[in-house]
Amino acid sequence: MGKRIIVGDQEFVIPDRFPKSGLAIFLLLIAMFMIWSSIYRVELEEVGVLMTLGKFDKEVKSGLHIKWPAPFQKVIKVPVKRELEMEFGQRGTKKQSGRRVNRSEIEEESLMLTGDLNVAMVPWKTQYRIGDAFKFLFKIRDPIGTFRDMNEAVMREVIGDRSVNEVLTTGRQEIATDMEQKLQKMCDQYDNGIIINRILLQKVLPPKQVQDAFNEVNTAEQEKEKMINEALGNYNKIIPRAKGEGEQTVQQAEGYATDRVNRAKGDVSLFNDLLAAYKRAPEVTRRRMYLETMADVYPNVKQKIILDKDLEGILPLLPLGKDGK
Amino acid sequence: MNNILKTTFGLIFIVIVLLAGGAFFIVNESEQVVITKFGQPIGDPITTPGLKVKLPFIHTANYFDKRFLAWDGEPKQVSTRDKRFININTYARWRISDPLKYAQRLFEESKAQTRLGSILEGATQNAIANQDIIELVRSSNRDYVSQNEADKDQTEKAIIESGRDALTKEILELAKERTSDLGIEVLDFQFKRINYVSEVRKEVYERMISERKRIAEEFRSQGAGESARINGQKDRDLKVITSDAYRRSQEIKGKADAEAADIYAAAYNKGPEFYRFMRTMEIFKKTLDKETIMVLTTDGDFLRYLGSMK
Repeated sequence: MGKRIIVGDQEFVIPDRFPKSGLAIFLLLIAMFMIWSSIYRVELEEVGVLMTLGKFDKEVKSGLHIKWPAPFQKVIKVPVKRELEMEFGQRGTKKQSGRRVNRSEIEEESLMLTGDLNVAMVPWKTQYRIGDAFKFLFKIRDPIGTFRDMNEAVMREVIGDRSVNEVLTTGRQEIATDMEQKLQKMCDQYDNGIIINRILLQKVLPPKQVQDAFNEVNTAEQEKEKMINEALGNYNKIIPRAKGEGEQTVQQAEGYATDRVNRAKGDVSLFNDLLAAYKRAPEVTRRRMYLETMADVYPNVKQKIILDKDLEGILPLLPLGKDGK
Repeated sequence: MNNILKTTFGLIFIVIVLLAGGAFFIVNESEQVVITKFGQPIGDPITTPGLKVKLPFIHTANYFDKRFLAWDGEPKQVSTRDKRFININTYARWRISDPLKYAQRLFEESKAQTRLGSILEGATQNAIANQDIIELVRSSNRDYVSQNEADKDQTEKAIIESGRDALTKEILELAKERTSDLGIEVLDFQFKRINYVSEVRKEVYERMISERKRIAEEFRSQGAGESARINGQKDRDLKVITSDAYRRSQEIKGKADAEAADIYAAAYNKGPEFYRFMRTMEIFKKTLDKETIMVLTTDGDFLRYLGSMK
């Protein structure tokens, strides 16, 4: 039987019959501590920064390693391969390192002035990773807090050079790109070993108090489009039809013209033929035509009154207008 | 045998005493050390990390940070030259560049923070009081990209003279100058947040609202105007089309009529008398119908033989 003690990854069995010498126990404890503090593990996404007597020694890759015990060598593990995220003006599901913050304080992070002196709420996320563990650890005290401050300052600089319209609508991508470049430049200047992966601009809004007015602008813009479209629709409904109808009128006129000329030509042709015949025998033709006409007309006439040429003064007595009965 | 044991214990004792007295000390990567002897600095400051040696008991190692340190300003309410009341929140980064001087002048970080605070806040306040608000917000005279006409005059930008970047640099230079004999170096200074103070915000929001309303009205009026223009165009085009069609048709008809008249005239001139006769006959045929009452005398050609055969 023995007592089991687990220290770190190691397991020790302490025998029941233990030498009662205090010095021996003391030495044993020191030995255990030394073994425990000289074995360490660096995870896959981390890099270990090995310090020998306070001085930077080397970076250690992932795996199980041995070092000198505590006071002589120390290891600080930095997650260099992990994508880290920092949120501004909002708090998502991911736990943020550091203190708890209340709502108005979060809002303050995103409230900023645009170049035309309007106010906009610009929340964003910064995704970054630690590119150089040594710089990250030893160039700046509180590198994370500093990074937050840098983010806020740079975003305000970027937004401050844009109009509220750009911020709210068209300029989003440009803002993110500009921000990324400026922030990276500042990181290089601070030499903090941070590499910006990307800036994710969240939903940019005007402050609550003016959101209705901004929406009204959108509505009005749509109304404008609608009115123009309606007018264009009306135009398109009427004009092509009028064009067709105009064409119809012209075509009808063309038809009339052709008809008129052809008829004239026909009539004239008939007349010319008749004239030729007439000229050959004027008197006979003339009489013939007269009689033919009479023959045509006479049977159809309703009432025929024939008077002798010697009779006179009878005309007023005729029953004209009384259906002739 | 006894002697060896004695010297061994003696050596161990000396090592323990030296350790206890602090003869050996470790300087980390992030630290620098000034050795003092009863408060008096001795030798050059130690700025490299590693295991260091000093006299035990007599010498004291004073550790100072070597990294960039933060100075975070309290939000301050200030008024700009154009009488805008704003809250400004600034931050700076600094480091102990001359630990010896620093140890003599400030020694404690809290003291350094206080000194920095009064220098930076004073410089900020002076700078802002002499600038319009736009100089704090913008850093260039970049043109705004506007989507449509209605936004254009609204985004008419104010031209800045120096701007945010230049202003922070100016303050930084001033702070650098004033801190040079404190053994510290200010590395960067930034406006973290600038906002209207809450009393002014309402006013600003109202301005924003009225501005938006104006843009909305402009959109509506643009819509109505454009719609009216299109309607006018429609009416005009309609008139153009119909009148043009009328004109063309009349021209065509007129030409045809004239041509027909010419044709008739040319032919009829060859026998005007016959034409008159022939037309009369035609008209008789057309006009004398079954409603007609005909009164004829035997005098006429038609009935002449009814009266007598001669």
